[in-house]
Amino acid sequence: MNLEKVVFGFFIVLAATLNFGFFIGEIDKPHHHHVSELFAAIVVNLIATVLKFGDRTQIGAIHLATSLVAVLQLIAAAVAWGYAVYMSAEGLTPGATASVVSLSGGALLANLISVTMLIAETVMLRR
Amino acid sequence: MNMNTSLINNAFFVALRHMRAPLIFLVAIFAISVGGLVLIPGIDAEGNPWRMDFFHALYFISYTATTIGFGETPHAFTDEQRLWVIFCIFLSVIGWAYAISKLFAVIQDRGFKQALTGQRFARSVRRLGDSFYLICGYGETGQLLARSLDHLNIPFVVIDIDPERIDELDLQDYLFDAPGLVGDARLPNNLIMAGLTHPSCVGVIALTNDNFANLAVAIAVRLLNPEIPALCRATTVDVAANMASFGTRHIIDPFEKFAEYLALAIRSPGSYRLLEWLTGLPGTELAAERVPPRGRWLVCGYGRFGQAIVRHITREQLDVTLIDPKPPSRETALPWILGVGTRAETLWEAGVNGAVGIVAGTDDDINNLSIVVTARELNPNLFVVLRQNLQANHELFKAFDSDFTVVPSEIIAHECLAILTTPLLSRFLAIVKRKDDVWADDVIARVSAVTGTLVPAVWSVTLDSRQAPAVAETVRRSAMGLDSLMRDPVDRNRQLPCIPLMVVRGAEDIEIPEPELMLREGDSILFAGMSSAHQDQQSMLGNINVLNYVLFGTEVVGSWLWRKLTGAEAGL
Repeated sequence: MNLEKVVFGFFIVLAATLNFGFFIGEIDKPHHHHVSELFAAIVVNLIATVLKFGDRTQIGAIHLATSLVAVLQLIAAAVAWGYAVYMSAEGLTPGATASVVSLSGGALLANLISVTMLIAETVMLRR
Repeated sequence: MNMNTSLINNAFFVALRHMRAPLIFLVAIFAISVGGLVLIPGIDAEGNPWRMDFFHALYFISYTATTIGFGETPHAFTDEQRLWVIFCIFLSVIGWAYAISKLFAVIQDRGFKQALTGQRFARSVRRLGDSFYLICGYGETGQLLARSLDHLNIPFVVIDIDPERIDELDLQDYLFDAPGLVGDARLPNNLIMAGLTHPSCVGVIALTNDNFANLAVAIAVRLLNPEIPALCRATTVDVAANMASFGTRHIIDPFEKFAEYLALAIRSPGSYRLLEWLTGLPGTELAAERVPPRGRWLVCGYGRFGQAIVRHITREQLDVTLIDPKPPSRETALPWILGVGTRAETLWEAGVNGAVGIVAGTDDDINNLSIVVTARELNPNLFVVLRQNLQANHELFKAFDSDFTVVPSEIIAHECLAILTTPLLSRFLAIVKRKDDVWADDVIARVSAVTGTLVPAVWSVTLDSRQAPAVAETVRRSAMGLDSLMRDPVDRNRQLPCIPLMVVRGAEDIEIPEPELMLREGDSILFAGMSSAHQDQQSMLGNINVLNYVLFGTEVVGSWLWRKLTGAEAGL
């Protein structure tokens, strides 16, 4: 058993599950999407991204790319959330919630790609 | 190619790999700190309970962790919150300290530095747009050659195994920044990084003092980029033969070369004079040199140099007496005196009084000088050939007025330059070596008719679409004589100060062609003359309008629109 693989797999899957947890629910209902989950998803995604730094294999490069996409989308969601709550006059409207959640949905897709690649990598490795 | 790109990205990846742990540590610290702040309950100014949200927690931790310090927002903290913040401050300081120390460690890392310099070098090589030469070995010869190439505005890249020499490269006042790599030229990867497979690399020159390194370069060039010529220095017959078997086009053995020239000077002074003339530095006065006499010669030092000299001059039916402290390593029928030529007794014994010339060819400069000084005292009429091993002793050798001074590094550098700048010249020189004095004197008379006593510039022109597009197009469609190329583009009735030495047409060499010779596409012509003539000629090779004037004496309208408007002829 390779500890590095365990750690990496753990973070990739955790990132996807947290992201999914935040994403699931009706898109414009703020109480369906807890902000703590968004925070946790960002943190775990960041760690998953950093874990792929310096990997010079082809699949490592794609992993890094998808992680970067996920982080970017999640941070965009966090910024949209922060803007809606603190800066816009209307507060967290259903529309604002929808854009936050849809951004996190994009990140979820990237995270799912990461997980798929993780599985593919494991299946290809016949050991 | 794959190898190459991974080398180039190396530095970045090394840094990323090392920074992985500290970055994850920082992310974790931020996450724990922010999480804690969100969880701990607080009380606002009115006494209402409140909880910090992620936005404010991240804001607070961001400025606290970077030690800016800003006060407690949005409300004053409770003691529980302050306790947590104390913890956060220490945690973040540890995190930053760790990350920064790691970053410095990475920058100091030898492997990282190497990767970084390698990357910088590879980038500067990739940026070289013009055709450049790759010089392996930046010793005396390499530096001499580099200076000359720089003088001719030809870029080059240098590899040397000695870091000090590459440092020296930066100190030289070259017109452009020559990239230099510290590395072993025997390793193909270093050669590739230095641009061996770069499309702009037009030649490789191997001048290291290690014969086998030069051989390795020759092999690498043959296998990795067989299109480009390799010029290699070789000082043993075996290595030279090995290089030749790999198709190395130019193998330069300075001793062999000099011995050949000395023999030529003895056999045919006129040919030698012509050869000297054509390979000298353009624009300088040609120094009058004594002709080496026929008779009995003394050769001091029977090493590689001595052997080459003896091999060549015995072919000219000269008597040779050898002087060497060691008995001959190779069988020789020549008279042999054991001893060092620096002692008068040894020279007496060798019969210095009856000799006409002496070759001081040991590998020790001071001994060589001592030999010739002693020999000249014993016989003032001796013709003296002196071998100088180190460029550093130049002043000493200049002070002694020898008839011939052999400086191997200069011979190699001159030879390289002649091959690189005018490839046809070496072909012509091979013809010169076969010809007799009468022929050579005739050529000298023709050349000096246009340049006087100055050393002529020598250049070659190939009539193809790249070097001479206008002329190539013209000769494809109509007849054009060689004399047209020597007319002044300012006044076509005047002759440019140059003469054609040779026309190469396919496998055929036409020596000293007549001016009436009709040109064909693909001809290569070797010219000798004033360097100003070269520039004037260049203008007509590429510009159809200038060529039109030279051929027909009429100014031709260049633009299509103007021709239509004025109804002028298009000329060619």
